[in-house]
Amino acid sequence: MRSASALVLGLLASLAIVPCAFAQGHEAVRAPKQPWSFNGPFGTFDRASMQRGFQVYKEVCSNCHSMKEMYYRNLTSIGLSEEQVKAIAASATVPGGTDDSGQPVERPALPSDHFRSPFANDKAARSANGGALPPDQSLIIKARENGSDYVHALLNGYRDPPPGVKIGEGQYYNEYFPGNQLAMAPPLQDGAVTYADGTPATVEQMSRDVVQFLTWTSNPELETRKRMGVKVVLFLALMTGLTYAVKKKIWKDVH
Amino acid sequence: MAGLHKSEFENQVVNWIDTRMPIFTMMQKEYGSFPTPKNFNYFWNFGALAMISLAIMIATGIFLAMNYTAHTSLAFDSVERIMRDVNYGWLLRYIHANGASMFFIVVYIHIFRALYYGSYKAPRELLFMLGVVILLLMMATAFMGYVLPWGQMSYWGATVITNLFSAIPFVGEGIVTWLWGGFSVDNPTLNRFYSLHYLMPFMITGVVFLHIVALHITGSNNPLGIDVKTPQDTLPFHPYYTAKDSIGICVYLLVFAGLVFFAPNFLNHPDNYIPANPLVTPAHIVPEWYFLPYYAILRSVPDKLGGVILMFSSIAVLFVLPWLDTSPVRSSRFRPIYKQLILLLVVSFLVLGYVGGQPPEGIYVVLGRVATAYWFLHFLVLLPILGKLEKPLPLPESIARPVVRRPPPGGGGGPLPQGATAKPMEKS
Amino acid sequence: MSDTATVRQAITTVGAADPSKRDFLKLLTGSAVVIGVGAIVWPFIDSMSPAKDVLALSSIEVDLAPVQEGQAITVVWRGKPVFVRNRTADEIKTAEGVALNQLIDPQSDADRVKAGKEKWLVVIGICTHLGCVPLGNKVSDPRGDFGGWFCPCHGSQYDTSGRVRHGPAPSNLGLPPYAFAGDTKIKIG
Repeated sequence: MRSASALVLGLLASLAIVPCAFAQGHEAVRAPKQPWSFNGPFGTFDRASMQRGFQVYKEVCSNCHSMKEMYYRNLTSIGLSEEQVKAIAASATVPGGTDDSGQPVERPALPSDHFRSPFANDKAARSANGGALPPDQSLIIKARENGSDYVHALLNGYRDPPPGVKIGEGQYYNEYFPGNQLAMAPPLQDGAVTYADGTPATVEQMSRDVVQFLTWTSNPELETRKRMGVKVVLFLALMTGLTYAVKKKIWKDVH
Repeated sequence: MAGLHKSEFENQVVNWIDTRMPIFTMMQKEYGSFPTPKNFNYFWNFGALAMISLAIMIATGIFLAMNYTAHTSLAFDSVERIMRDVNYGWLLRYIHANGASMFFIVVYIHIFRALYYGSYKAPRELLFMLGVVILLLMMATAFMGYVLPWGQMSYWGATVITNLFSAIPFVGEGIVTWLWGGFSVDNPTLNRFYSLHYLMPFMITGVVFLHIVALHITGSNNPLGIDVKTPQDTLPFHPYYTAKDSIGICVYLLVFAGLVFFAPNFLNHPDNYIPANPLVTPAHIVPEWYFLPYYAILRSVPDKLGGVILMFSSIAVLFVLPWLDTSPVRSSRFRPIYKQLILLLVVSFLVLGYVGGQPPEGIYVVLGRVATAYWFLHFLVLLPILGKLEKPLPLPESIARPVVRRPPPGGGGGPLPQGATAKPMEKS
Repeated sequence: MSDTATVRQAITTVGAADPSKRDFLKLLTGSAVVIGVGAIVWPFIDSMSPAKDVLALSSIEVDLAPVQEGQAITVVWRGKPVFVRNRTADEIKTAEGVALNQLIDPQSDADRVKAGKEKWLVVIGICTHLGCVPLGNKVSDPRGDFGGWFCPCHGSQYDTSGRVRHGPAPSNLGLPPYAFAGDTKIKIG
């Protein structure tokens, strides 16, 4: 049965080689790994960066992208005070039911309201964006493979198309986007926002900040989860040791 | 009058209940003093682990159902509300989502154990077949559960899998329309899947009960695959195997916690965080990892009906496995050739799983076909022949004395002789 | 069957070999299991408590500016109607003038409003009899003999302080927890 073992090894080896052989083609470039503060079992969000990221979202992204799962009240988690959150909410208007004559009215948003969407519905969003629908950003990081790295790379990934590549009307070349052509114009330029804390607003810096913010909106439970996870794993490791000792003791005389 | 039970429990309350309804006596008999082979290895933990998995899934599922809304326009957001607003909702949902994977890992290892040590052979055929029924029910439950969050993979997975039935000649289209309750996967489909997803775990529980009843009649198999003969071969289930199972449970929970707390979406597909869109199919549709091997078998046949038949046959063949394997020896330890083949079967399963996750082109198709071919070759051709050709190693005389002895002339007198006193020992 | 006896004995001596160590180990493991089970049960129980989106709506702010003297409005707080009434000087005087011994559920008007803001009466608009919503907010509504609210179900009547004065209701209209956040703004809850 040496032959069977050899066949097994051969098959396993071929599995390792195959992906390399087929990875080439017109695929998007894989986003490079970034050393995010929230990586790893003890990772946490960078509050200052998240707040800057929220500013980028508010001043740039939110002109086209909705964030329907988020409430203004959630913003206290990125380190804003209740008063700040109230003011941010109040600066947006949301549908407020109807007035006495039955006409729809708008009212200033409350912390208990969802983030205001830039468009009333998907059709309005499409017609304002040349037929392309800007995806909702609440879960954008979880909805993409290696989402944090990918969004960061995408925001920095706009290039002139290589010679011979034809770009469609209203499309932009981006080496990280699947198919390399996307309808979103480069959203960030150096200095697109002015940070209150004086951080220079380079494209790289803004993309980093907005990814911190978006990773949080996708995984608001991340810090709680990891903190709890460390405790649970330690406890279970202890339990494993204890049950092992008990078992050994019980089985001591069995041969 | 039909006589009260004579209870031996000293505690007055326990005794009072037990006299009228002897559940304590029964538990003591089936889980306390139950004679269990003393030579189990850690592969025998996986039955208990599967039971724990089922319990965890039912518990988290019931609490998730309290906050889930089965409507196409609300389902996705109701799941996000669980993740964001419900107290510990993220924990319950991540346990439930990863619990499905843990359940399948455990059950696949449990099945491997049965195949490797010949646990499906007489007299445990029915026990094994009940296990296959549980596997099928689990697959149906998992499939319907994956539809509930109403993401892109939910929707398109439901569409593709229900469309399998359209391969049935003449009535296929009608069946699919009936399954959907409409002309595409839509709200009626979501509602019935939710109802059935809630029901089926309890059906599984019922079959698990039968599985255990059957197990406690035949008794457990063991790594040597020979029958229990004397009391020295066994230990009472408690405390010996409760203690041993506890270790397994702790390790299982460690792995589980690692997934839930540090990589909760590792086994999930990103596309399922995009709300279902009936007009846009994601670029790569793949089922959950535990379905990938069957998906690969489906795709390895260039014919629609053929693929569907082959896929269902790949599991159905397990129902007749006890009769396909003609060898009287149970454990692979004493079957040098079978031992190699069963590992090859595992490899073909893994290859199928890998191929199922790749696009159906080039080398993947070839690999998928080779592995599919082996899967059926193994069960339908090799096993029946091997029982006749293979020369097993000599079997030990008993579990307590695992030394090889010449069989007593005339063979043993036990009711189930083929295990321990099978012919193979002439050569020893 | 002497072998069986040996096994049995082996089983019983497991515990007897070193009782102190075994007991301590068992105790430790047992308590760890109890802690673990307790820790896992809590998330299930707590998942049934009000969720964050529910709590976010558990307090509301009401702008009082549009409520004219003599008018009352109904706002919804935690799924219940809350009446906010801008009382006239007369109504306040009547409410303050009632002798406590005339009341079914004796309570002074001062205990039912915020000091310095006597003109604002804020009560839960649910009749304390069987849970109907009393009439009296709209101009056209009957207000009963005491100028407050009238419950159409069984005829309970409330005065301008929301106290029950007549009918089967056992107690006064409830008071929600609230505080003034500025001159014409209150936060309920």
